[in-house]
Amino acid sequence: MSAAAFANESGTLGRIHTGELDTTHGAVLYLEDISVSFDGFKALNRLSLSIDVGELRCVIGPNGAGKTTMMDVITGKTRPDEGSAYFGQTIDLTRMTEGQIAHAGIGRKFQKPTIFENHSAFENLELAMKADKRVRRALFARLSGAERDRIAETLRLIRLADAADRTAGLLSHGQKQWLEIGMLLMQEPRLLLLDEPVAGMSDDETERTAELFLSLAGKHSLVVVEHDMAFIAKIARQVTVLHEGSVLAEGPMAEVQADPRVVEVYLGR
Amino acid sequence: MSRLYGPSGWAALGIAAVLIAVLPLFLSSYWVTLLGKIMCYAIVAVALDLIWGYCGILSLGHGLFFALGGYAMGMYLMRQIGREGQYQSELPDFMVFLDWKELPWQWWNSDQFWWAALLAVAVPGILAFAFGYAAFRSRVKGVYFSIITQALTFAAMLLFFRNATGFGGNNGFTDFKRILGFTIATPETRMALFMITGAALLGTLLAARWIVSSRLGRVLTAIRDAETRVAFCGYDTVHFKVAIFTLSAVICGIAGALYVPQVGIINPSEMSPANSIEIAIWVALGGRGTLLGPVIGAGVVNGAKSYFTQAFPEYWLYFLGLLFILATIFLPQGIAGLARRLARRRA
Repeated sequence: MSAAAFANESGTLGRIHTGELDTTHGAVLYLEDISVSFDGFKALNRLSLSIDVGELRCVIGPNGAGKTTMMDVITGKTRPDEGSAYFGQTIDLTRMTEGQIAHAGIGRKFQKPTIFENHSAFENLELAMKADKRVRRALFARLSGAERDRIAETLRLIRLADAADRTAGLLSHGQKQWLEIGMLLMQEPRLLLLDEPVAGMSDDETERTAELFLSLAGKHSLVVVEHDMAFIAKIARQVTVLHEGSVLAEGPMAEVQADPRVVEVYLGR
Repeated sequence: MSRLYGPSGWAALGIAAVLIAVLPLFLSSYWVTLLGKIMCYAIVAVALDLIWGYCGILSLGHGLFFALGGYAMGMYLMRQIGREGQYQSELPDFMVFLDWKELPWQWWNSDQFWWAALLAVAVPGILAFAFGYAAFRSRVKGVYFSIITQALTFAAMLLFFRNATGFGGNNGFTDFKRILGFTIATPETRMALFMITGAALLGTLLAARWIVSSRLGRVLTAIRDAETRVAFCGYDTVHFKVAIFTLSAVICGIAGALYVPQVGIINPSEMSPANSIEIAIWVALGGRGTLLGPVIGAGVVNGAKSYFTQAFPEYWLYFLGLLFILATIFLPQGIAGLARRLARRRA
């Protein structure tokens, strides 16, 4: 990272970004002709995808189809060799750092839950909350009534209202996953990217996660990458199937499942 | 106020304040000096704990910040000697000895107490800020950070060993006569220094308590536990780490400035790498991530040290090493952790 880019990043981190996202044409994310290759291997090959505001989109595909690379491009972790990635109409993701993209309103949940194990569930959400995040502000910060309400509301949403004061490290695996989703929600993202959110969850927890996602759709735009087909069947409206770095099929779950090409590369096996 | 401590916490703090005010009236001057010195060490231990115990950054260069605070005060004390030195010169003795004709630039304004007090906090603070910013920005972490802080204090020690640096070379400063016009060796001055040091220790504990119970404190522990996650939450972790490192160094500077008039000497050996490691031992033994633990650790180790170095001087280092190993194996949370476990068992 160049010195100038760094200065820019540290200058904007910690400050609140508001507005800016222009979704007048109904889409929150546009990917167009994105290509990424690693040492000659084409991880993404002219991938195009568009996500509407409030949509819950499931992305499936066999291993190596490019699902994680796609997430990396959207969050700025990987730069595309070609193509464009826009957040709303105007925000060019290919020119931004990871920190700037997070601030602009794209939240990402990784496969392995990372939460603050020694803090309570409540404190985890407090730290994640959208607020002025500079050092001096943090020293004098007091939670307002409205902020407490928001945290309580999120705790209810992720089913941790009874565990608010429990140390996060003591929560079950599923509860940790929910807590991390809650932390993302506290940042008021416009787009949530979720990478295998139900991996390692019990059936009961998977069921509840499905309910949670369905209740989030509409308020937030969600992109869910998942292997668990039973889970996808429960929540899917629009499904995108990736294969060898590009979109193989797209449409409602039933339609995609019936597509012979999809059956051949993925579902059939 | 009630956010910081419960009623029993405030009561304990009040008792400590009364003890600090009353004790020196009943103790011999040997004990006043020894306890005053240990309280200075306790301040340093709390400062290291703020960054190590709460933010997970082990600095093995805190002895340097302590020594710099000491040197700042030492310069003033040297000037207070006036013409009463060996050579009856306005200049400190070592300068006469080196055949210097005037004070070098570093000594500008050094006859002013306020200037010494300012330097004692500003020099460690500015050094820690610059060093910390460079290191944390380059993402130097973990054991690598510990190693470069060792190198920093070692380099500073070599620099201060040189006569040309202008701080008395390997002899450093000693033979102080007065502070703010008061004769430094009288029981009254010693008592006053003891009380001021005690007040500084309580003040440090209060300030540290305030920090760790604020959102800033929660961000620091979060950085210790999952730094990347903190960055994803939108915090610039470099700023937080630089801030706490700088504050920690400033507190060490204050402790050093209080230490020098009480022990009557400052020399570059205070900057030796082993000294900084010993500070980490106090904190580890007392209990990282607690505020009272480091105070207890500094007290226990230094109390034992002053006994051992008189009774069996050659065995002290073995004993210190043994203490550290035993603490690491049997008391991973230190003495404070043991106390907490015992309290829980009883409850």
